[in-house]
Amino acid sequence: MFRKSGPRADPVAKLDITRARNALVARILEGHGTAPQAWRRAAFENAGLTEPLSTLVDKVAKHAHRITDQDVAAARASGPSEDQVFEIVVCAAVGQATRQYESALAALKAATEKE
Amino acid sequence: MRLAILDSGHRFGIKVLFAFIRAVSREPVPDAVKLVMYRPDFYGAPMKELVHEAMRGPSAWSVGDRELMAAFVSKVNECEFCIKAHSAVAERAYGDGAKVSAVLSDLETAGIDEPLRATLRMLRKLTREHAVNTEDMRAVLAAGVSRDQIEDALAVCFAFNTTDRLADTFEFFVPGPKAFEAGAKFLLARGYR
Repeated sequence: MFRKSGPRADPVAKLDITRARNALVARILEGHGTAPQAWRRAAFENAGLTEPLSTLVDKVAKHAHRITDQDVAAARASGPSEDQVFEIVVCAAVGQATRQYESALAALKAATEKE
Repeated sequence: MRLAILDSGHRFGIKVLFAFIRAVSREPVPDAVKLVMYRPDFYGAPMKELVHEAMRGPSAWSVGDRELMAAFVSKVNECEFCIKAHSAVAERAYGDGAKVSAVLSDLETAGIDEPLRATLRMLRKLTREHAVNTEDMRAVLAAGVSRDQIEDALAVCFAFNTTDRLADTFEFFVPGPKAFEAGAKFLLARGYR
């Protein structure tokens, strides 16, 4: 479908990430992982984790560029393996991006319905 | 990279591939690649599908516009790796480096079309404040952006609000301009899959 140079802009074309986004969220939250599903769900929702994981997850969600070596080291020192921290951080990042995306889609729906 | 597994925990076949990439490119394997190749069934494989659709799927936005959105969202997130990586792709796609720099330094005075400017304003608020409202969307629609275009821009924004967070949390190494040039060439030719 795509030429090597990539697709050009087409005024009527529409991409669709619905299927890919559903697959990603289902995989990280419900598929096999080293972190318990409850941790992954809590990281995604940025709610219900205990320290120091809760601090790391909140920083991933709200200001990831301020995360330090100490934040990650503290999370590791509390027990989770590197694989578990990897999974939790992925869930936290996807969770925050999801909340933003859903807020925007709801606003778009409201704006177009009232036109 | 803040987790050692993301640097060197890949399975054997992937390590061989990385050695090949280093030999051919004479650059370190980008941390973005290391991340998506680590236990790819968990995150990398499904995310690559999503990012490829957002950045290269059929859209009224050009590839250059979408790469610019990616760089711009990354600027709001202060994610150095992603700003540099996607500025380089946008510059190459547009064949216009000045346009990309202008948007990143001041959206309001940059010489771009109003629909793109209005869309970037909305993405900036969404990224910075984590939410937008009906008025914000009406402003974008009033600038002449279609509903489909807004949805497509939101897909790009989702991809980079995820990626930027991971790049910063895991502290992706930021290489020199040559590495980003090579990366941009690859991403324009091959996409993200």
